[in-house]
Amino acid sequence: MNNLLFKNALRFFILVIIQIFLLNQIRLGGYINPYLYVLFILLLPFETPRWLLLILAFALGLTIDIFSGTMGMHTAASVLMAFARPGVLKMIATKAQYESGVKPGIQDMGFPWFFSYAGLLIFIHHFLLFYIEVFRFSEFFITFFRIILSSIVTLALVILSQYLFLKIKK
Amino acid sequence: MRYLFAFLWKHNFFFLFLLLEVIAFLLIANDNYYQSSSILNSTNRFTGSIYTASNNISGYFHLRKVNKKLAEENARLHSLSLNAFLKTDTNNFFVKDTFYRQRYEYISAKVISNSTSKRNNYIMLNKGRNFNIEKDMAVISAGGVVGIVKEVSQNFCSVMSVLHKKTKISAKIKKNNQLGTIVWNGQNATIGSLTEIPTHVRLAKGDTVITSGYSLLFPEGVMIGTIKNFYVAKGDNFYTVDVKFSTDFNAIGYVEVVKNLMREEQQQLEDKSIDKKDE
Repeated sequence: MNNLLFKNALRFFILVIIQIFLLNQIRLGGYINPYLYVLFILLLPFETPRWLLLILAFALGLTIDIFSGTMGMHTAASVLMAFARPGVLKMIATKAQYESGVKPGIQDMGFPWFFSYAGLLIFIHHFLLFYIEVFRFSEFFITFFRIILSSIVTLALVILSQYLFLKIKK
Repeated sequence: MRYLFAFLWKHNFFFLFLLLEVIAFLLIANDNYYQSSSILNSTNRFTGSIYTASNNISGYFHLRKVNKKLAEENARLHSLSLNAFLKTDTNNFFVKDTFYRQRYEYISAKVISNSTSKRNNYIMLNKGRNFNIEKDMAVISAGGVVGIVKEVSQNFCSVMSVLHKKTKISAKIKKNNQLGTIVWNGQNATIGSLTEIPTHVRLAKGDTVITSGYSLLFPEGVMIGTIKNFYVAKGDNFYTVDVKFSTDFNAIGYVEVVKNLMREEQQQLEDKSIDKKDE
């Protein structure tokens, strides 16, 4: 249990640092902002209590907000994402049940499952985040385009990071 | 009441979600108000220190630009190099290996603090005794004269800017070699005064003013500025000349400290001749 706690705390800090100092400085073509930090919420163990999920997402979003100077935006998006997580898990449940000790990653759950799981949640997160940021409907389609592009890049980074860490474990 | 709590407890996940989202949206709404800055300020101080640390690292990524700037300054210095050398007696050229002997040494330094708004302004540089910088060395930049080194510590030196009550720099007008002194009257950081130019000299607006090289500090021919305006005050035998500084004192980044390698020799000679005269 302690090991699990430590692992997740470490993941929290590393993702926040990567997000603030690396990804926030990158603006690909003005359209794409990858938000890799959501990986933390994706990788929380299945048996995490639902209330803890929300609190952790809140803390994560708030940390990112403080450093990006965008008070509340990431918090709102992260909390929504954490709220949606149990529903998404139920929706895409496969025959392999979410047992204790099984981790929500490519290694344990397989690529197709992880792809739809991460893809859905990242899209939900980015959807709220980008619309809060823009806060108007006149640019609805441009914003939607940005959401799709950024979601794809974030998803790619998330999957890439999965493979990076798989190699270390083996 | 009990049923309400039971209801809340049953759906705790949803209500917690609602509560956190409300907090998040309050934060978004509040961010627009100046009043909330009191909370933000403390966090900004914290994030500020972290960003400073990160800037120290990311500064390395700007090295290319800084390098380019330094290279440009270097090129400028090379083009001036004749001024940096003293021509030795050409009749005795076989005595020396070269015609020229180095007289001035340039040490580049970075400005780490600067002011222009006070009556007496000082500039701090990031080099000191560790780079052989001594008191009373001249400081110039790509734009022109900057000041004179006043205090030296191990790693830093404090430069008395041209924008200082006590700074006096021997200057001359480039086209006719008329000698004067540059002082600053404390009003405008872009304008200095050239004094001691007698009224018989013909001046024109836009004339270039350079260092005379007669002082032991500055090499000859360093740009000071251009004449902006001149007039003769009533009852005065000298012009009052406003000189627009070529150096933008508000935007000095890199400077060069000039070391006069023959200063001691010159100084001794000067002292000796003064002593002789007195006897």
